[in-house]
Amino acid sequence: MKGLALFAVAFTGALLLYATGDFPDWGSLDSPANGGELSTHYIKEVRKETEVPNIVTAVLADYRGFDTMFETVVVFVAGIAIIAVLRDFGNGSRGYPPALANNLPEEPDLIVTQTCNLVIPVLQIFALYVLAHGHHSPGGGFQGGVMLGASYILIALANGVEAAMKILSERKILLMAATGILIYSGTGLVCLLLGENFLDYHVLSRILPTDPIMARSHAMLFVETGVAFTVTAVMFSIYANLATRGTLKGGL
Amino acid sequence: MEFFEQLIIPKFNYWIYVILMMIGMRAMIAKNNLVKKLIGMAIFQTAIILFYVSIGVKEGANIPILDHHMMPGEIHGGDPVVVAEFANPLPHVLMLTAIVVGVATLGLALAMSQKIYRAYGTLEEDDILSQIKLEPND
Amino acid sequence: MGEQAPIVIVLAPLFGALLIAFVGIRFKALCLPVTLGALSLSLAATVETFRTVLARGEFVYLLGGWKRLQEGDGISIGIEYRVDTISGLVLLVIAAVSLLVAIYSRTRVVADTPDRVPYYYMLYLLLVAGLAGMTITNDAFNLYVLLEISSLTSYALIAVGSRRAVLSAFNYVIMGTIGASFYLLGIGYLYIKTGVLNMQDIHAVIIANDLAESPSIRVASVLILMGVWIKMAFFPLHAWLPNAYSYSPTTTGALMAPLVTKVMIYIMIRMMVTVFGLDYSFRATPGMPLHWSNLVVTLSSIAIVAGSVMALSRRDLKKMLTYIIIAEVGYMVGGAWLANEKGMTGAVYHIVSDAFMTLCLFLAVGVIIARTGQSRIEGMNGLFKKMPLTMAAFTIGALSMIGLPPTCGFFSKWYLVGAGIEAGQWHYVGALLFSSLMNAVIFFRIFEMAYFPKEVNEAEPACFDPDAHPLETLEKTPSSMAIPLWISAVTLIVLGVFNYTIVQWIASALQSLNFFPAAG
Repeated sequence: MKGLALFAVAFTGALLLYATGDFPDWGSLDSPANGGELSTHYIKEVRKETEVPNIVTAVLADYRGFDTMFETVVVFVAGIAIIAVLRDFGNGSRGYPPALANNLPEEPDLIVTQTCNLVIPVLQIFALYVLAHGHHSPGGGFQGGVMLGASYILIALANGVEAAMKILSERKILLMAATGILIYSGTGLVCLLLGENFLDYHVLSRILPTDPIMARSHAMLFVETGVAFTVTAVMFSIYANLATRGTLKGGL
Repeated sequence: MEFFEQLIIPKFNYWIYVILMMIGMRAMIAKNNLVKKLIGMAIFQTAIILFYVSIGVKEGANIPILDHHMMPGEIHGGDPVVVAEFANPLPHVLMLTAIVVGVATLGLALAMSQKIYRAYGTLEEDDILSQIKLEPND
Repeated sequence: MGEQAPIVIVLAPLFGALLIAFVGIRFKALCLPVTLGALSLSLAATVETFRTVLARGEFVYLLGGWKRLQEGDGISIGIEYRVDTISGLVLLVIAAVSLLVAIYSRTRVVADTPDRVPYYYMLYLLLVAGLAGMTITNDAFNLYVLLEISSLTSYALIAVGSRRAVLSAFNYVIMGTIGASFYLLGIGYLYIKTGVLNMQDIHAVIIANDLAESPSIRVASVLILMGVWIKMAFFPLHAWLPNAYSYSPTTTGALMAPLVTKVMIYIMIRMMVTVFGLDYSFRATPGMPLHWSNLVVTLSSIAIVAGSVMALSRRDLKKMLTYIIIAEVGYMVGGAWLANEKGMTGAVYHIVSDAFMTLCLFLAVGVIIARTGQSRIEGMNGLFKKMPLTMAAFTIGALSMIGLPPTCGFFSKWYLVGAGIEAGQWHYVGALLFSSLMNAVIFFRIFEMAYFPKEVNEAEPACFDPDAHPLETLEKTPSSMAIPLWISAVTLIVLGVFNYTIVQWIASALQSLNFFPAAG
């Protein structure tokens, strides 16, 4: 078995290295991927077509916005899949031995909680900045969402998962995650109901007080907000479920 | 020497990615401990991300964010955009997806490994298999 | 709907899942109606799309309204959907099978996973969305995203079962991730040489820049093939499948067994036809002693024989069916690689017919397990008397699997055998006949036991999965289980009777793409 594994790995590696010789040089400007029509079009036309300076955001949320919608769905799927697989709904879960006893100290540590109280508001505001400024600087829904999720994880680390669950209960997590996707796909659906194709944001200018190009830019902010909702909820949910072995009680 | 100059140095990143990928894949297939398999999976996926990001690198280029004076309109001025100054944005977009997928898969697999530990009391694959042999099977 | 029909196919299950997240968690009784509604809408949209495809030849839908450059002639800068009759047929299969299994799941999901019904249905709907999205998309990277959605949901749908199910789901995660990563790497190798992601654009660039002999493209084709082979459980990469499907909850097995492997075979055909082009797939590689297509056909002959033999040695109904699936995968891979039009047509037709055969058998076995509480072959003693209608449907499914007229299994095998003879691949023809013989032995053994009950002393019934919560046997087959079973059985005969029409559709798609100009 081990020998077979080694052979499979060596074979794959050799196959990949064999093709490496055929690649354009690293960092070359005129390789098909870098100098090709597709990448050139994105860099050159993005300002005329979407008015978003951050090309990555424009490609992510508009040109390939459908991919990103399903990327958000992947996050959502991970959230509900972990609940479906791991969550112990408190009915003894088919005769499995009960989760191991948690050795959480009774009183949360003073220094840790006070530091977290200082850090968390700053972290959350910075997360909102990263989310909202994604059009002009590196950032966007995923990055902002992960930071927001991290702030809740920080609460759970300092005060125990139960304290954090009081702020963001399981029910709220699910609603928040689903709301995020609803914001994203709902934006697309509105475009569809206005008579254009799914996710064709420019038609939103009919209901927003802007021209069609700026409508694209604004719609990208909507969908990024949706992404942030889902990512925040699911990141915290993954942590809470994994750290408590699906019981959502106690903590690490 | 010529081999180095032509095949390895200009394609350094691709060699590193293949080596990382082999390490990850070997851990996924051959390791006995389930968590080690998952660590291998994370290495494997990271190697692919390195590969994609390497595709988009341009010598001397900056991050793919336009300066404001390049934006159209009277306020900004609409300076011309030189394509060579900006890195290829597409691989970055694709890899954002791959990172998310990696996180999702890893989270789900960790949840499964916890459930396996709850059921069998171990994470060593051969221990689990020997427990299964004792059960009535097909 | 009209012009928007293709997107509704994917959006309906997605919004259904969201609706369950909003209301289904609190009102569990609403989960099933929402699921059925979403899948019915998806089916209606599929039918509408397919009618348009039949009228126009193909149906293109531009997501985000991003038109191709140069007034529609250049490369695609967004993501587009493209449906032809082949993908239309696969979409119809996905929509129909998922709706039937959803009806069937009414009593089963509550019995198998009582405390997580809403989560189960959310995952179910998203799996359907993933499979449909993979089939309909014309963008190589979008396919990867949807592939991961369908993979993640199927891991979870398996892992909600017993502890053996979790373990087999874990193995599936490892194998599935390797497969999906290979696919992603393959797309990366194509991207680095072509700079585009749309499938037709990749093909156009390969032709225009004369990249066919480039090592990167060759390696990309091998990586993508290996990736989809792992995902479709092509022998010898099949090890994850039997446990994953047989230990999972009844509904999961009945949904995944007909759909997941078939969709992966469709992806393989799509890659061969659209991305690389058949000309490229079937040509001899310079410097390689044997034809790439000969090699694959030989591998699939081995897969067919191995799958059939392993199926024969199993005493458990579900396990036996999973090994038959592995043999059937060999049929379709071999048929697609026979390098003639008949083989490709037969492979696509077999995707359709095999999906319904597997569905029929899995549904019937699900009923048998629900009624008798066990799934070993011994448990079928005298079943014809106890449940004649179920056994009649099981018989139709089995006859189709063996390949007897007028079921569709006969006709698809007929096309594949004919194509094998035309290509001169005698070992493939032999393997097909051998596998039919093996299936006949397997199923007639069961018929004999079920029709002529033997006197047995009441031994301890060997429970299929000792770890699962004890199965409560039902007194009567609920109509929610009987009706889908019968619809699938009747479909087998209908598909057989109308085989000529379906084959004409497939052939028209292949010919309109002009891939077999000389016709043989």
